[in-house]
Amino acid sequence: MFTASPIQTIQQPPQLIPGTYIFDGRMAMKAYNLNRMCYSFNSAENRKKFKAFPEAYCHSYHLPREQIHAVTDLDVLRMLQLGGNIYYLAKLTGIYGMTVQDLGAQQTGLSLDEFRAMLASQA
Amino acid sequence: MARIIGALTSSHIPSIGNAISNGKQEDAYWKPFFDGYKPVLEWLDREQPDVAIVLYNDHGLNFFLNNLPTFAVGAAAEYITKDEGWGLPVFPPYKGYPEMSWHVIESLIEQEFDIAMCQEMAMDHAFINPMRLFWPNENPPKIKTIPVAINTVQFPLPRPARCYALGKAIGNAVASWPTDEKVVVIGTGGMSHQLDGERAGFINKKFDEMCMQALLNDPEKLTQYSALELVREAGAQGAEIIMWLAARGALQGRVSKIHSSYHIPISNTAAGVLALANN
Repeated sequence: MFTASPIQTIQQPPQLIPGTYIFDGRMAMKAYNLNRMCYSFNSAENRKKFKAFPEAYCHSYHLPREQIHAVTDLDVLRMLQLGGNIYYLAKLTGIYGMTVQDLGAQQTGLSLDEFRAMLASQA
Repeated sequence: MARIIGALTSSHIPSIGNAISNGKQEDAYWKPFFDGYKPVLEWLDREQPDVAIVLYNDHGLNFFLNNLPTFAVGAAAEYITKDEGWGLPVFPPYKGYPEMSWHVIESLIEQEFDIAMCQEMAMDHAFINPMRLFWPNENPPKIKTIPVAINTVQFPLPRPARCYALGKAIGNAVASWPTDEKVVVIGTGGMSHQLDGERAGFINKKFDEMCMQALLNDPEKLTQYSALELVREAGAQGAEIIMWLAARGALQGRVSKIHSSYHIPISNTAAGVLALANN
């Protein structure tokens, strides 16, 4: 089991593409264990363990407190800012039945219907 | 010598898998999408390719960040499917073709593509859904497969120009395989979409239409973009168009369009399919 190293204070550069989190090495360094935890959700047994005791499961991956809060709040933008990678985070949100449209609505601050209308309006 | 008869490129959106499993092809939401595949299925039925080389991106099923290759080629006798974490069905394994895989691997290394070699690989929706779309009546289909994974998870992603060159090198490898088998190259992912960030839901129809056109008659145009520029233009996951570009690179003959279809939205994505013949 890896232990969490303290997150270095790395100056976050402004987003090159507004509203877009590029998962580069800088981001990867912030949250290896968070992403590793989400990767574990490929297993149904691990999903069940997590759902029963989310905080305890986070602790077993040595997540720092702010990441645990973002996880238990299912706060996608916060998890991204803390170094979560969407491909792995989707396995976490999937445990709660959230679709990618639910994620989109949450991140854009729209209702699900508004988000769907926004998608359709781009046709 | 083996011959690449064409390239098929297709979106691989997870919800497609559930739509197929639940028989929703005729539902109003799905019908325009599935109808877009019919001419491609007719072409496949006529041509009956023997081998599919499938360029796809793993979504954190087979590879994790601990050990993430930029390019990886499968060399297994079969490719299993596994639980991806959100309820997509698990299927019987897809058939591999290790002899030809090793030939491709040897040829790629000789051409200075220092790819990772995988004798076990689990396939996720990025491989499975296009296979189910192109071979809807067989699961798994009898066609032999060679998966080629391209990293789209962790930046830096490979440059689009490099992906195109990889496709060319795969084309060279197939041309030197000493059977008369028919090979189809499949590129999965795209088109424009973005799942994460405040810009989630971003779609760029104009850019997608340009890509469709360029893939037919001016693929070099797309090699001018950087991966980040693709993210800017096509959305964070729209950068998956690099798999389409790689598939196009494998076509070395006279390229003509069999069919294309484009539909907004499926899930959060501009869904597209493009079939190119290589003569």
